[in-house]
Amino acid sequence: MKPKFFAVPYVVWMAIFVIAPVLIVVFYAFTTADGGFTLTHFTEMSRFLPVFTRSFRLAFISTIISIAIGYPVAYILSREGQRVQRLMIMLIMLPMWMNFLLRTYAWMSILENTGLLNRFLAFLGLPQLQIINTPTAVVIGMVYNFLPFMILPIYSVIVKIDKSLYEAASDLGANTLGVFRKLVIPMSLPGVLSGIMMVFVPAVSTFVISQLLGGGMVMMLGDLIEMQFLGSTYNPQLGSAVALVMMVIVILFMYVMNRFGEGEEKAVGL
Amino acid sequence: MKRKICIVIVICLLAALTVSACGEAAGSNGQVNVYNWGEYIDKDIFRIFERETGIKINYFEFQSNEELYSLLKTGSTTVDVIIPSDYMIGRLIEEGMLEELDFSNIPNFSLIDPKYKNLEFDPQNKFSVAYMTGTVGLIYNSSMISDEITSWSSLFDERYSGQILMFDNPRDAFGIALKYLGYSQNTVNEDEIREAYDLLALQKPLLQAYVMDQIFFKLESGEAAIGPYYAGDYLFMYENNQDLVFVRPVEGSNFFVDSMCIPIGAANKENAEIFINFMSRTDIALKNMAEIMYASANFEAAEQFANELEPWEYEIMFASAEVLANCDVFIHLPGHILALYDQLWIELKR
Repeated sequence: MKPKFFAVPYVVWMAIFVIAPVLIVVFYAFTTADGGFTLTHFTEMSRFLPVFTRSFRLAFISTIISIAIGYPVAYILSREGQRVQRLMIMLIMLPMWMNFLLRTYAWMSILENTGLLNRFLAFLGLPQLQIINTPTAVVIGMVYNFLPFMILPIYSVIVKIDKSLYEAASDLGANTLGVFRKLVIPMSLPGVLSGIMMVFVPAVSTFVISQLLGGGMVMMLGDLIEMQFLGSTYNPQLGSAVALVMMVIVILFMYVMNRFGEGEEKAVGL
Repeated sequence: MKRKICIVIVICLLAALTVSACGEAAGSNGQVNVYNWGEYIDKDIFRIFERETGIKINYFEFQSNEELYSLLKTGSTTVDVIIPSDYMIGRLIEEGMLEELDFSNIPNFSLIDPKYKNLEFDPQNKFSVAYMTGTVGLIYNSSMISDEITSWSSLFDERYSGQILMFDNPRDAFGIALKYLGYSQNTVNEDEIREAYDLLALQKPLLQAYVMDQIFFKLESGEAAIGPYYAGDYLFMYENNQDLVFVRPVEGSNFFVDSMCIPIGAANKENAEIFINFMSRTDIALKNMAEIMYASANFEAAEQFANELEPWEYEIMFASAEVLANCDVFIHLPGHILALYDQLWIELKR
């Protein structure tokens, strides 16, 4: 009985702040402004198709880059001594102590045509880069902001792999690459999966980054949803419908990912 | 046992937090909940108000009229005084979301310049008391653009391609295009709005970015050369970059009025009126104006502020009657027009 008792605050919290809002979104998505049932929000959804594909594409690219950078960092980190690990983890977390908006503004002043990066390139006599106000800048902003959420779960899984497993693998004839391929990668997969979840989901729905670094030239899903709630037409019903479709796509995506992950785990017999 | 003690301590702490959060003691004469734009007041006046009246101010900020609207619509908070702009006041009146003011509690209403009274959004002036006003103009960097700028056409000029900034909200962006085409910013003629859309679509490849407050950085640093923004904000930009020039385009522009109102069902209506009266006082208006550099609606304050500024600065801050005659004040548009704006805006950014 006791463990259940301790779960009560958590369950109450979830009910109020997670389940209830989702139910409200679902309810709104199927209603008109007068409260009647409707499906029009969904039948008209196709006009937002470019916005959906753009958001998912950029989120996908950001996630891939985050893995490409985050995985090696997490792995190398886990091989270091205790003290280095603690220090590095702190350094990775450090930027998160600063306001998200400020960090994004900082990137704006780095990437601008007259910004730090281009002034540095000009100093070296190199050609200028036009990055700001392009999708590239949005991807850079997302990777920078969400990278810690990729590194930390992967790191925390790799660091828990029993050292004796490495020894066992080597004893059985695996070289370094073999150990990495047959042991580290499969065992760290759950960390990668939760990393993907923690990067991909916020990346799909981001809006401040696209406005500040993308120059507001193209609309992302987050912008579209924000516009329905805080724009001149005030259409929370349509906004909820867009949010719902986005959530369903993300959940489907995650479901497929997790199935894939389970398969991998079974394959290595864990 | 230990665990139980822990839980008890945690609960006590939480309770203490909750009590201290809720129990912000009201003043001896109650309180007033004020919602205003971000950075749109001199916060030192709160102390003066609380000392003089014994009413405690709970102050909150919003970032856009629409944010305020959705806040009022969800009804999740108690609000006594709001300071929305013209067209939003029109909308709130139309939807029955404002209380009629008791002007016998607001004697300082007599200090408000008549040119800011009985405007189109509140024709009988029953619901609002003007607080600050201003105009939209063109701001450009004279070290980057040597031509003389006089017209909105510069925002559509290929020579400045990649250097142009534009408002990142449909109403203001369309407003400029409509004005440039010689139409009213409040037009309900769909053909005129579509024509404005075509112009904005042609403009988009020339733009560096759609911006709101980022324009401060981008113009001050010379990242961009030209863009539209509010007169009061220009004076702050000028402090950081003296190459920036403010122009009132010949086609006319937008003139906005932010007024104090009381939402329906306000719990502290009388205190709200005392606050509105206080804000309309000349000495308080002067303090607020010095802080934010928008033009106060109080004519005494407006006259006295001339001593604080260079004549050309004063002319930018306080548009003359002739300038205002050439400007439109946004009014609330019918739902299908707003929907058209949104639809075209999404198409523009697809």
